[in-house]
Amino acid sequence: MMDERDRRIINALHGGFPVCPRPYAKVAATLGLEEDELIARLEALVASGVLSRFGPLVDAERLGGAVTLAAMAVPEAEFETVAEIVNAFPEVAHNYARTHRLNMWFVVASEMPKRIAEVIAEIERVTGLKVHDLPKEEEYFLELRLSA
Amino acid sequence: MVGQDTDRRLLEAIEDGLPLVSRPYGVLGKALGIGENEVRARLARLQADGTISRFGVVVRHHELGYRANCMVVWDIPDERVDEAGRRLAALPFVTLCYRRPRRPPTWPYNLFCMIHGRDRGEVETQVADAAQACGLTDVPRAQLFSTRRFKQRGASYREAG
Repeated sequence: MMDERDRRIINALHGGFPVCPRPYAKVAATLGLEEDELIARLEALVASGVLSRFGPLVDAERLGGAVTLAAMAVPEAEFETVAEIVNAFPEVAHNYARTHRLNMWFVVASEMPKRIAEVIAEIERVTGLKVHDLPKEEEYFLELRLSA
Repeated sequence: MVGQDTDRRLLEAIEDGLPLVSRPYGVLGKALGIGENEVRARLARLQADGTISRFGVVVRHHELGYRANCMVVWDIPDERVDEAGRRLAALPFVTLCYRRPRRPPTWPYNLFCMIHGRDRGEVETQVADAAQACGLTDVPRAQLFSTRRFKQRGASYREAG
């Protein structure tokens, strides 16, 4: 279970982690913690799954890669089968079932931009279903700042 | 190109997370055959130029107690969409906000935002508040709650569904 210190750590570490030689010690000091305790708590938060990881979020497009959001209308009876097919692609991340006629939503990301179209075409070929490609045209904000 | 290759190797080395040790950049440097100071300088630059968009905790909303995850989509006239996007993005409970293409007739919506809440009721209230606050009560919208999560890799790619 998370306690108040864990929440303080999460809220303080949404971004801007320092690049000084002992960054955990520096952040710990601002939180009134010891370096060891901060590191141990981050380890525990990752181990328990509250954090998927601690580190950088990288803009794939700036590294020459590409990302898109894709959506499909999958008949209920075929949902599991199609999910398995889609999820088997290493380029697919963040696959969610959602409440809409377009009921399967996933991100396709690759270091090689041409792979995006290939993966989408392959999913369409194997499933026989249309994949709607909805690439980002503009981004208005990106900063997770939920309170823990 | 050598420099870019080192950047790439560095980012790959921390894709699954920064080492949780006292001197993480020293450890990384050793693994990559470069100095601690070079690792620090490269990471500072990658943050400054936006390649690293955020450097910190990557939370799982569900495990954090945000059980309702909703993609709210709007069909906003083209001449109003950028202003609406900026206003929505400024709301504290909106975590992501993107403009994307419409795909008529299947998909009429051009603005997407993610809202996380403790439960559906909280999210629905937030969506109504957002429409009021951003002057969007007159535009069509839909709420796509997630019902199952099949795959959420700890990808370093930053775009979320």
